[in-house]
Amino acid sequence: MGILETLFPPGLFSASFMQNAWIAGTAVAVLSACVGFFVVLRGASFAAHAVPRASFAGAAGAVLAGGDTLVGLAIFSVLSSLGIAALSSRRDQGQTTALVLMAALGLGSLFLTLGGAYAPEVYALLFGQIVGISQGDVLGILALLLLTLLGTALLYRPLLWTSVAPDVAEARGVPRRRMEILFLLLLALAATAAVPVVGALLSFSLMVGPAAAAAYFGRSPGRSLAIAVLIGVFSIWFSLIFAYDTGLPVGFFVAAVTAVFYGLGRLWAWLWEIERGLQRAA
Amino acid sequence: MLAFITELLAAPAVGTALLIGSLVAVTSGVVGVFVVVRGQSFAGHALGDIGTTGAAAAYLGGVPALYGFIGVGVLGGLAIERLGERARERDIATGIVLSFLLGVGSLLLYFMTQRISATGGPVAILFGSIFTVDPAVTLPVALFSLLALLLLGFLYRPLVFASVHPQAARARGVPLQGVGILFMLALAIAVEESALVAGALLSTALLIGPAAAAVRWTRHIGQAAAVAALLGLVTVWLGIALAYQSYFWSGAHRGWPVSFFIVMLVLLEYLLARIGPAKRASRSDAPREAA
Repeated sequence: MGILETLFPPGLFSASFMQNAWIAGTAVAVLSACVGFFVVLRGASFAAHAVPRASFAGAAGAVLAGGDTLVGLAIFSVLSSLGIAALSSRRDQGQTTALVLMAALGLGSLFLTLGGAYAPEVYALLFGQIVGISQGDVLGILALLLLTLLGTALLYRPLLWTSVAPDVAEARGVPRRRMEILFLLLLALAATAAVPVVGALLSFSLMVGPAAAAAYFGRSPGRSLAIAVLIGVFSIWFSLIFAYDTGLPVGFFVAAVTAVFYGLGRLWAWLWEIERGLQRAA
Repeated sequence: MLAFITELLAAPAVGTALLIGSLVAVTSGVVGVFVVVRGQSFAGHALGDIGTTGAAAAYLGGVPALYGFIGVGVLGGLAIERLGERARERDIATGIVLSFLLGVGSLLLYFMTQRISATGGPVAILFGSIFTVDPAVTLPVALFSLLALLLLGFLYRPLVFASVHPQAARARGVPLQGVGILFMLALAIAVEESALVAGALLSTALLIGPAAAAVRWTRHIGQAAAVAALLGLVTVWLGIALAYQSYFWSGAHRGWPVSFFIVMLVLLEYLLARIGPAKRASRSDAPREAA
């Protein structure tokens, strides 16, 4: 058996659950990279970590109430986003993010306890499960992709301004507070889509990793965004192939591959600094 | 009321929980004040999460969980400190280190579920319960608490200076990098021991909540540390008492999780502090949160 057949065994593309995983995974990678671009610009990794993680409580609540988990995820990611926005002042967003996350997780642990035994469905939501993505999930995720792309297109310029030069933006009449809320709602959309695929613990890997790496490679914001999307899509494809081959959790591969890209970005920036130092010396 | 308290103290699991909870609450409160003033909430939370990976590794390697927690916590803390030296890169670097180590953790937890048929192990690591703590860890936890507090005592003056006036401290020749690394060490120890006994969830709540409230209520960092330790103690005791009591609330005789009560109490303290007049131990020159 050749290496190609080992890497691409039968069923990787044809099995119906894998077809769902390919479509949903690619959509999630694209929308995560778009939102992640703003996450990196704003230095909002903590919020990007907290919102998907908090939405896990919504899934636990949905299981307890017998509702749809995607709806539970959506409700809790929006609620936690709004909670962070409402409580945070400009100087202490970290504290409020931590406390909102803790409140959601406290509720989550209550829901889990009241729901009795740990539902395997909820457990899969923590770590992501490519086998479990249904046709309905795919449609929901594609709808979220459309919404996120629309949001990114509409908010691109004002968000870029408020993130890069907040004072200039405010002087130009871009409402900082409203942009903050819109950004967090965009984050909630991405979290809702990403958690069923990559899991609540590692959804933020797809947001932060590709965009953080791209920030080192791209010379302009637009190019950084494009590179982030490319890295994100490559990461999820790589992860899907290896998760299928090895049976290991997909989140592990996503976290590892995106961390490698970030390392390459840091290396690239470091080499540039040396190069510039040499030029200056010469 | 008195009868309830004596009954509470008579239960052995509750006694251990109260003792260990108190140790963790005091250490987290004191360290937390510096975390809040330095704007390192994300790092403090990340360390708690990262401990999960160490615990899973320790379990698979047959080593006591405490050493897994502390070992990976210290490594992760140093990685965060090293990669995030520049303020601009700190938030992202913390995110990437957390993401990578959580990824490794998910792999290790997966191996655990493969090895043992029940999923009890990973769940215990992820959510931890202060009622199921092995009394044998009391002594090591006490020693690590002491170590973290001693480290803070040793660092106190330069750390306060570096946290409140970083520029002035640099100008006066305070080694900011060294202070940062040593503080990260104390932070990792404090967070990991509380993650071990109370779960990653409670470790962040006890680290940030009482400290954030205390910083708003006091004028000096020393006072804030004392208030935060006291608040933490009260929170943990009340939380344990409520969780114990909740066993009788529903007919099903299933107690509500202690973490739920402690987190809600912490949130309440913080909201009260936000509403009330702020004195701010950190004053306006405290560094901004990057997140």
